[in-house]
Amino acid sequence: MAHLEFEKPIVELEDRIRELKLYGVREHGFESELRKLEERVSTMQQEIYDGLGVWQKVQLSRHPDRPYFLDYLERIFDDFVELHGDRAYSDDAAIVSGMARLDGRTVAVIGHQKGRTTKEKLRRNFGMAHPEGYRKAMRIMEMAHRFRRPVLTFIDTPGAYPGIGAEERGQSEAIGASLLAMSRLRVPVIATVIGEGGSGGALALGVANRVLMLQFATYSVITPEGCASILWRDGTRAADAAVQLKLLANNAVDLGVVDEVVPEPAGGAHRDPDDAARLLGVALRRHLGELSQHDGAALIDGRYAKFRAMGVTQQLT
Amino acid sequence: MAWFTKTRATTDASEKRTLGLGVFRRCDECGVTLKAEEFTENLEVCPSCGHHYALSTEAWVELLLDPGSFDEHDTGLVSGDPLLFNDSKPYSDRVRATRKKTGADDAMMIGSGTVEGRPVQLGSFVFRFMGGSMGSVVGEKIARMFERAADLRQPAILLSSSGGARMQEGILSLMQMAKTVSALGRLRDAGMPFVSVLLHPTTGGVAASFALLGDVNIAEPKALIGFAGPRVIENTIRQKLPEGFQRSEFLLEHGMVDIIAPRREMRATIARVLGHLVG
Ligand SMILES: [Zn+2]
Repeated sequence: MAHLEFEKPIVELEDRIRELKLYGVREHGFESELRKLEERVSTMQQEIYDGLGVWQKVQLSRHPDRPYFLDYLERIFDDFVELHGDRAYSDDAAIVSGMARLDGRTVAVIGHQKGRTTKEKLRRNFGMAHPEGYRKAMRIMEMAHRFRRPVLTFIDTPGAYPGIGAEERGQSEAIGASLLAMSRLRVPVIATVIGEGGSGGALALGVANRVLMLQFATYSVITPEGCASILWRDGTRAADAAVQLKLLANNAVDLGVVDEVVPEPAGGAHRDPDDAARLLGVALRRHLGELSQHDGAALIDGRYAKFRAMGVTQQLT
Repeated sequence: MAWFTKTRATTDASEKRTLGLGVFRRCDECGVTLKAEEFTENLEVCPSCGHHYALSTEAWVELLLDPGSFDEHDTGLVSGDPLLFNDSKPYSDRVRATRKKTGADDAMMIGSGTVEGRPVQLGSFVFRFMGGSMGSVVGEKIARMFERAADLRQPAILLSSSGGARMQEGILSLMQMAKTVSALGRLRDAGMPFVSVLLHPTTGGVAASFALLGDVNIAEPKALIGFAGPRVIENTIRQKLPEGFQRSEFLLEHGMVDIIAPRREMRATIARVLGHLVG
């Protein structure tokens, strides 16, 4: 387990409780000490989690133990068949896609996937997709469209990969084409930002009828580090930039970009991945149920109207 | 009418490179020094080496459309400050000052006109306005341009020159990518072509939305076109980028643009393409 700085007091107390329990509470008459510790942990959790600043929430969205797409996939869906490759160049492991069942109904599932171990992190390129990743996603979406299966996407990427091969193979075109493909799907589309919603590489999976965001996820046009280095030529001022960027889930709702914040277990999804998945599953089922009432044309029109309305302008007279 | 007096700025890169009393100008690319008007008369292309310097939005409109045919739409549309963004200066102040300085409402100009008699909808980034960055106003105007083209069943021509999304409008500027591309979908449904003209530079969220989705993509020579900026890539991969990387010729070689057209041939190239696709 890895811990963020502000998590340490809680984790230390929890370790102490675990030790006490292992040692044998009853045999040694530690009941009252245990009760006191448990009370302290609970108040401490409330104090710490209620008082989290913007930067601490950004850190939670990138927490090394945070559940990734596949962690939710195995908990929420059944019968997952992974489908690989863009049929043109290769299979990008930074995006996982396929068909799965939600309560018996087949849906297409597509998401960015980060790695847990060093080896897997490299294989998945830290969740930063190349053009072939987006082209694979598009292939699966278009198939879902033809077979009339809803599309559920899961966004968790620092951004699309900035590299030589990515540019050679048309990163720009791939992202743009994915936006266009998503806008034209005749099936329900639900996108959920589960961790980092980093820029165009995130939005490439985000043109949906419903856009959900986990409580401690972020969604931003640029990383706070990138923003800070542009504004102040100082990437270490990322925390200041994060405040300016309004990249938290509640900001995205206020700005009309996200429909609903999906609550996470106290302290973040990594503290209880099962419960985090349960909460996300509840939200997905509800939205899918609602969207399934509409026909293909209404879904396309609804998606169009939704994104068409985004932005703030004023007309001078 | 806007609250400020509208003065179309005609200054561009040329003025800054002017030497002496505005009589001579040196080409940064080949080093030749010529009379300033030789550059201006040659559409800001170096008469000696052919290097393309930036041409103002207004000059582009004049170059591409039939004389007097341009009718600008949606003037006076200006940005809000949804994030109350404040780095060293509040965004709203920055925008107001930029409007005053540039004489432009924001970084996009749209309108209708004719190309060799054929009605078109035209849009052009105003690069001098915050580096042509795309925020809500740019996105809204592009969406309206595509919608108008779809409704009127006219081709759309969009000249891109932009550093990408406008950071100060945060997530809303990111969403302009989805909004503009969705509107492009309407144009496709209407069976009308989109000619995307890629000028130097076209990067970030503008490149990664509509700019490379033209039915025909036409680039100016040596324009920088790419998703990530060269510096970001160099910092990521920790090596120097090869010569010509992300330039128009590189994109042509990798199958991302259809045609590289020098400025003098841009109008005729667009007209020929439209002739093949419309009517
Ligand atoms: Zn020259």
